[in-house]
Amino acid sequence: MSVRRLAEPAYQPPAFAFNKAMAAQAKTWIKKYPKGREQSAVIPLLMLAQEQEGWVTRAAIEHVADTLAMPYIRVLEVATFYTQFQLKPVGTRAHVQVCGTTPCALRGAEELKEVCRNKIHHEQFHTNASGTLSWEEVECLGACVNAPMVMIFKDTYEDLTPERLAEIIDEFEAGKGAKVPTGPQIDRWFSAPESGFTSLADEKALKKGAKSKPAAAAKAPAAAVPPSNAAKPKTASEQASPAVKSPGKKAAEKPSLDHKDRPKGIERPAKTDDLKLISGVGPKIEKTLHSIGIFTYAQVASWKKAERDWVDGYLAFHGRIEREDWVKQAKALAKGGVEEYVRVFGKKPV
Amino acid sequence: MLADKDRIFTNIYGRYDKSLAGAMSRGCWDGTAGIIAKGREWIVNEMKASGLRGRGGAGFPTGLKWSFMPKVSDGRPSYLVVNADESEPGTCKDREILRHDPHTLVEGCLLAGFAMGAVAAYIYVRGEFIREREALQRAIDEAYDAKLIGKNNKNGYDFEIYVHHGAGAYICGEETALLESLEGKKGQPRLKPPFPANMGLYGCPTTVNNVESIAVAPTILRRGAAWFSSIGRPNNVGTKLFMLVGHVNTPCVVEEAMGITFRELVETHGGGIRGGWDNLLAVIPGGASCPVVKAEDIIDCPMDFDGLRERKSSFGTAAVIVMDKSTDIIKAIARLSYFFKHESCGQCTPCREGTGWMWRVMERLVRGEAQKREIDMLLDVTKQVEGHTICALGDAAAWPIQGLIRNFRPEIERRIDEFTRNSHNVTPVLEAAE
Repeated sequence: MSVRRLAEPAYQPPAFAFNKAMAAQAKTWIKKYPKGREQSAVIPLLMLAQEQEGWVTRAAIEHVADTLAMPYIRVLEVATFYTQFQLKPVGTRAHVQVCGTTPCALRGAEELKEVCRNKIHHEQFHTNASGTLSWEEVECLGACVNAPMVMIFKDTYEDLTPERLAEIIDEFEAGKGAKVPTGPQIDRWFSAPESGFTSLADEKALKKGAKSKPAAAAKAPAAAVPPSNAAKPKTASEQASPAVKSPGKKAAEKPSLDHKDRPKGIERPAKTDDLKLISGVGPKIEKTLHSIGIFTYAQVASWKKAERDWVDGYLAFHGRIEREDWVKQAKALAKGGVEEYVRVFGKKPV
Repeated sequence: MLADKDRIFTNIYGRYDKSLAGAMSRGCWDGTAGIIAKGREWIVNEMKASGLRGRGGAGFPTGLKWSFMPKVSDGRPSYLVVNADESEPGTCKDREILRHDPHTLVEGCLLAGFAMGAVAAYIYVRGEFIREREALQRAIDEAYDAKLIGKNNKNGYDFEIYVHHGAGAYICGEETALLESLEGKKGQPRLKPPFPANMGLYGCPTTVNNVESIAVAPTILRRGAAWFSSIGRPNNVGTKLFMLVGHVNTPCVVEEAMGITFRELVETHGGGIRGGWDNLLAVIPGGASCPVVKAEDIIDCPMDFDGLRERKSSFGTAAVIVMDKSTDIIKAIARLSYFFKHESCGQCTPCREGTGWMWRVMERLVRGEAQKREIDMLLDVTKQVEGHTICALGDAAAWPIQGLIRNFRPEIERRIDEFTRNSHNVTPVLEAAE
């Protein structure tokens, strides 16, 4: 969305009325719509007003509202919503609309904007000193195979180079804009490939009767994808590398208790080891380990990779067992208790 | 390669006679009355059998869509609305139909209108297509003069065709926003249901179709569903106007068979990639809203709905935006983000706020002025925008960014590293206010 406001009161002319030709056109527009639906003509009428005045004035907006029996706010809404309506005076001889969207940008729209900045005004929507020229960057104008391109009033000038655009602006500045050929500015036939026609080269083949009879075709199988989803890309798929988790994503599923990788549990022995001595295990984790039948250092020390992964998943630890190396800790503790732990790790277990 | 005799748009470049007489000599308006005499049911069934999928980007089966219209009127008139608000960056096929081959569309309007029992068609042409609108109006006037449409026409079905135009809002390409705009309001999409087939234009049953979907209908009905469905792969049949945009040697619009591989398309019509195939970086295969696809994934990909869906992208409007290795891919996608920010209608919060937010982060990623965790945060936000808005503009804004992160994450990270190394020349960050 862009914020668009009407021009300052100082610029606004006091009144507006369609001239004769425009009034006739306005009438034909209104006639196109069913009775009671004249409001539909608001965009065409505002466009006619813009064609006549060069921009959409407050007086024109109110005149259109009166013509169509609409509240002023509804027409103001429309005039400020649609970006083709110029709400401020623009250049009288040329208002250059440079398409700056990606397809044109890939083919050099940036340089065209530079030309406009240098030749007209360093900012868009400002007229040059004499008020004859202005420019703006617009979103896609729908001539992407002829990029880069500009539109001046009703015509497009396509396949431009910065030099050619500078020449065109000069022509318009001199008041000879009507003489500039419209369309592609290079040796090219509209949207056909520049190198020549790769299709539709021979008109005879296109004539009625030259076309072949239909071939019988097998019946197509039913669609695999429901039609309403047909064009939607599969975005539920993993977007990034699996190592990088998106924030706020749900935790991995808890592995099931009867998974084959679950380490073997034992009955609670008479004397259990203090698993809390393993760095990383607190009272809560110890309880959980007890609940799956893990009571001694020897058990922990014997865990294989798959079993470690299972426990890691069960505790939702995201690899902490590996990082803290529980197995090595448990081996030391099983071998010689706290003294062995201090010998191996150089510090007391916590 | 598709043979000329199988091409539906015989004058897409405007080389030959554009008038009614010229169009008729190439087969337009041939036996239209005979098709109408076969009845509504027959036309809808033939369209269903042809397997034509909507050409505006969503790929919804056209025949099925037509069959949703009420068979018996409850007193309200039905309308056909043709969506010629072609504004998806990269897309410029409807323009060629409107200005060079408009009679295909005019005839299509009559046949589609008859098949759905509509009294009139409104063709909503985007505001910037001024010369195109004039060309279309000329064609319609010719058809009226020749009594092919209008009251008591030769084809035996009274039908009016009106041209309407917009004023530069991408969102009006969304069908319900288009209807709002056609009713003279701001183009803000409506909630569905009720669907347009029940409550569309002026509260009456309405079907909105893309220009190309309507314009191919007469030829399909003339030559038979079997002919059309014999081209291309199952479920992705027919011919399609492709647009080759960006860094190919000869950009062009061309009608080709669906399912042609990217390589063949570019070699035959695009004159190859600028700087050779090794210079290809990435392709946006269906207009701005489709996720970008890496070179190695697309080179031998069949260009149709299912082929590109498999590549986690979308066929869209078949606007193939080609980018070679000179492209600043992050900047290219950031420009698309700006486009969606600019074109958001402001109705739903996730889109109104989200598109601006995403664009501002993208702008910083272009310079590398960000932290790596923000890449994931951005991805997360795109997921929060996607699917949480009334229309698909939110989705469309999210997909290119998702595609960028999926395919070019190392490039983004490299740029962040580079910026961090040179962080002594920092420029102020973009302000949050619009």
